Amino acid sequence: MVNPDFIINILAPSLLEGLQMTIKLIMYSAPTGLGIGIIIASGRVYGNWLLSRFCRLYIVFFRGTPLLIQLFILYYGFPTIGISFSPFTAATLGFILCSSAYHAEYIRGAIQSIKSGQILAAQSLGMSKMSAIVNIVLPQALRRAAPGCSNEIIYLIKYTSLAFMVTCIELTGAGKIVASRYFEYTAVFLAVGAIYLVMVSAATHIFHNLERKFAIPGIE
Amino acid sequence: MEQNKELILEIKDIHKSYNGKAVLKGISFNVFKGETKVIIGPSGMGKSTLLRCINQLTVPDKGSVWLKGQEITHRDAKNINKLRQKIGFVFQDFNLFDHLTAVGNVEIALIKVKGMKKQEARNKAIFELKKVGLEKQASLYPAELSGGQKQRVSIARAFAMEPEIMLFDEPTSALDPELIGEVLSVMKELANEGVTMIVVSHEMGFAQTVADEILFLDGGKLLEAGPPEKIFCEPKYKRTKKFLSTLNELYGNVEGNKR
Repeated sequence: MVNPDFIINILAPSLLEGLQMTIKLIMYSAPTGLGIGIIIASGRVYGNWLLSRFCRLYIVFFRGTPLLIQLFILYYGFPTIGISFSPFTAATLGFILCSSAYHAEYIRGAIQSIKSGQILAAQSLGMSKMSAIVNIVLPQALRRAAPGCSNEIIYLIKYTSLAFMVTCIELTGAGKIVASRYFEYTAVFLAVGAIYLVMVSAATHIFHNLERKFAIPGIE
Repeated sequence: MEQNKELILEIKDIHKSYNGKAVLKGISFNVFKGETKVIIGPSGMGKSTLLRCINQLTVPDKGSVWLKGQEITHRDAKNINKLRQKIGFVFQDFNLFDHLTAVGNVEIALIKVKGMKKQEARNKAIFELKKVGLEKQASLYPAELSGGQKQRVSIARAFAMEPEIMLFDEPTSALDPELIGEVLSVMKELANEGVTMIVVSHEMGFAQTVADEILFLDGGKLLEAGPPEKIFCEPKYKRTKKFLSTLNELYGNVEGNKR
């Protein structure tokens, strides 16, 4: 049986501190990742040859290599060319790059499912192509991509645990430290796992409500 | 015809080819204020391409288009966006914005292009929807509208921009037969109000009652043009006659229901 004293005085404070870092990582990388994903997807579909090519390469690179390797390159590799990031910055940057590549693919699919006639109609009313993309295409594409993008953010919540590998002490890292010091692996990791489960459930609930709130007949 | 009227649109020697195949081989005609021109002709002969060349959704290979003396062709992107709002365009398959309600569809360009205040745009949009008989459907989304209602919204959307001319690209051919009438009657009303329009359509009854001139487009050229009585009763060319008789077989006798 785990000592309640250990839970209250040692485990809870460390996990709480780690959790704060985890939430900070999510809050910085989830919206930015989504935003960049939207830009990359639009660039890939509507950009000129060069931009489209660049966006495609971006996706190939960040979706095609392990996130952990990206984090290692950012944190351990970049200082050798004179660019050093703090653990938090390196982790956040890695998460943004990786998650934006996945968002971009979900959103690209959604953009391509929208009839191109709507852009023609917007242009015939005097809108520029850019305005048509922003005002007509993206509001629909984002609704269609929502299930995929929600999924990606839920994934992100869990892969923030990789931040520990570049010495950014978040929830998993804090748990690992306490667990090895006090030799309480089972209890600590059960608690850590439960906290992730709560976060994911909360996020699922929020996304579900958002999807419902912005639902429009005929667009799913 | 009607030379005393103001010249709205000049189309000069428009050429367009796709993959080496010439679709339009030098089309020229003028449209005067208040005129309704109906373009007919076999499918795949460039009727839609011609309409799109007018508002530059398709860029012609050669030739020029002038709106009230202002050249529309050979413009940079920024200028053409501005000029396009003066040319209303109604598409065969409506192309309504699926994420916006009927009123949203009509008001978005008023806000984003004309820079109207939201309330002002809303009032104008409701006014235009009323004109096409859809004020009750203002808050419905495209998925909740019938085909005929969608097309009426798209007419209201184009007309709200107060264009100099309206272009209709087979506005009824994607509709179920029982819904065609409501769209045609809106178009007739516009024509009677003196709206200048070019209509690509095979609705011969509409052409007969509303058109000032029928243009027969075949083989990439304007084969024949004239008032409906002339085109329908005494066409100059065999090709025109043959085409009209095909339509007759499909839609019933054109000459039988003259005005």
